[in-house]
Amino acid sequence: MIQISNLHKSYVMGSNSLHVLKGLDLDIEEGEFVSIMGSSGSGKSTLLNILGILDDYDQGTYHLGGKLIQGLNETKAAMTRNEMIGFIFQSFNLISFKNAMENVALPLYYQKVSRKKRNQIALEYLDRLGLKEWAHHLPSELSGGQKQRVAIARALISKPQIILADEPTGALDSTTSFEVMDILKEINDQGKTVIIVTHEHDIAAMTKKIIRLRDGVIEEVIKNGDLQLFKERVRTE
Amino acid sequence: MFDVDVWQEIFSTIKKNKLRTFLTGFSVAWGIFMLMVLLGSGNGLQNGVKEQFAENSVNIMWMWTGDTSIPYQGMKEGRTIKFNNADYSFLKEKNEDLELVSSRYYLPGNIMYTYKNEYGSFETSSCHPALKEMEKINLTAGRFINDLDLNDFRKVIVIGENIRKALFKEEDPIGKYVKLNNVPFKVVGVAMNKTRNNERTAYVPITTAQRIFNGADRVHTFAITTKMVKTVEEADSITAKVRQGMALRHKFDPKDKRAMGSFNMLAEYIRTMKIFQAIKIFVWIIGIGTLIAGIVGVSNIMLILVKERTREIGIRKALGASPASVIGLVLLESILITTVAGYIGLLVGVGIMEGINYGLEQILASGGGEGLFFRNPTVDFTTAITSMLILVISGALAGYLPARKAANVKPIEALRDEN
Repeated sequence: MIQISNLHKSYVMGSNSLHVLKGLDLDIEEGEFVSIMGSSGSGKSTLLNILGILDDYDQGTYHLGGKLIQGLNETKAAMTRNEMIGFIFQSFNLISFKNAMENVALPLYYQKVSRKKRNQIALEYLDRLGLKEWAHHLPSELSGGQKQRVAIARALISKPQIILADEPTGALDSTTSFEVMDILKEINDQGKTVIIVTHEHDIAAMTKKIIRLRDGVIEEVIKNGDLQLFKERVRTE
Repeated sequence: MFDVDVWQEIFSTIKKNKLRTFLTGFSVAWGIFMLMVLLGSGNGLQNGVKEQFAENSVNIMWMWTGDTSIPYQGMKEGRTIKFNNADYSFLKEKNEDLELVSSRYYLPGNIMYTYKNEYGSFETSSCHPALKEMEKINLTAGRFINDLDLNDFRKVIVIGENIRKALFKEEDPIGKYVKLNNVPFKVVGVAMNKTRNNERTAYVPITTAQRIFNGADRVHTFAITTKMVKTVEEADSITAKVRQGMALRHKFDPKDKRAMGSFNMLAEYIRTMKIFQAIKIFVWIIGIGTLIAGIVGVSNIMLILVKERTREIGIRKALGASPASVIGLVLLESILITTVAGYIGLLVGVGIMEGINYGLEQILASGGGEGLFFRNPTVDFTTAITSMLILVISGALAGYLPARKAANVKPIEALRDEN
């Protein structure tokens, strides 16, 4: 699903150049449930932005679903994002003056789906996440967990191949955090590739593969079998 | 771009900032309102002055004689210059710049008009038939002086409406005889000039007047209409040419204004209309200046709005909004505010001018408004449409910079959690 090889990215700040990603190689298969971890400055946000086609890279290649993602103009990038990627953010990023249903329907608006049809689909997705009664409420009337569920519904509605979640539980208490993780797991069980960026070990431990970044390269990859080990290590840390 | 969702989104942002939207719109409405009021007033003034000119043909020119004030060809100043019937033929036949000619002989002394027991003193104008068109004389009954009257020295007279009232009361004057200093003249017509109070004037054929009142071939003044020209220079050159011709015939210096006086209305008319053109340009400059102030206001607000909505625009872009759709959103909102507000300003401005016009019409209809230099102060349809177009374009201009700024929003920066 995702093939990255020898990825370089640096930010220029005045006369200084900050080399963030230093020749990163990464393969993520379809249907994987991956978490990306790393301390701040490790390059995990930069990697997520590149994965989400929100940012360009300097060197190397990035294939998403077999398609080379490189030097797209803004319109093409927007289209690709819309069709292939579902985003979930730490601060939900719902549009405040639109109700839950309209927020969920927004990606379909950019696919030129008619209003009636996309609202109907949005209702179905809200129903699946148990929020049908809240469809006509504004985000300000929802709790944090509900907001994130609305955001998840929005990420799913365009039937993307991968879900990118940036600290999806960062703004939630632990009970709601686990609820949200359960939902993400369920989504993954239905065959979708889910990638989350987090710095919380217990959240990362709920995924099937952990990629640890340090100084712009992959430090270690912990896979299924080793997770138990990882969990124990976390507990002792 | 023109679907319900775009509008719904625009309205939801407008609703969130009612006061701000109102104030922004107000500046645009005020600009267009001022433009309409100024243009309307300019038109009113111009129409009023045009009305004053409309008493006569605008291309009318008068000539009269006096004593020379400049020595000429060895002759001393102080000679009296006199027009005669030969001048009429000269003007009529030898000048291609002139269209109509009418000469006038001033009847000597105070002419007393008598009909049965009624009598009065009125102004008598001796003339050629062409005067009717030149001075825009309307007839309420009968006919005007014609060529046959002149050829046969007929004693016929066209009396003004007031003379008819004074002498004939309820009687039909046509075919009756009115005595001018005991000389009976047959009334053939009743004259009326709507824009001027000249109903106290009577018209007689010049040939008859000359014969009966001992005029020989003497002519006092000429009224002529010149070719319609566009510039003051052309009009002045026609005046100069006519003066040259008359100077040659009567041997006086063409520059001698005392020997022969002349007034070319067309030159004055063109000059006046030029002033109004200048006023119009001035009004447009002021109006557009006011409008620009309004547009800058709209642009400013849209910039703030884009800044406030950076995050929302970022979300939209992450979810698949193309730069074009973001630009459309901002541009449309800007155009909507300017057009709606501008249209309201336009309506109010045009409405007020129409109201003033209605009031003026009432005053005029009731017979008042004498010497009013203000008529029909309205803005025509084309101007209103032009203003509307200017509004839409200015809305687009006002939205352009903010829209570009919105299109340049980078989703990563907009969505960064630390803001």
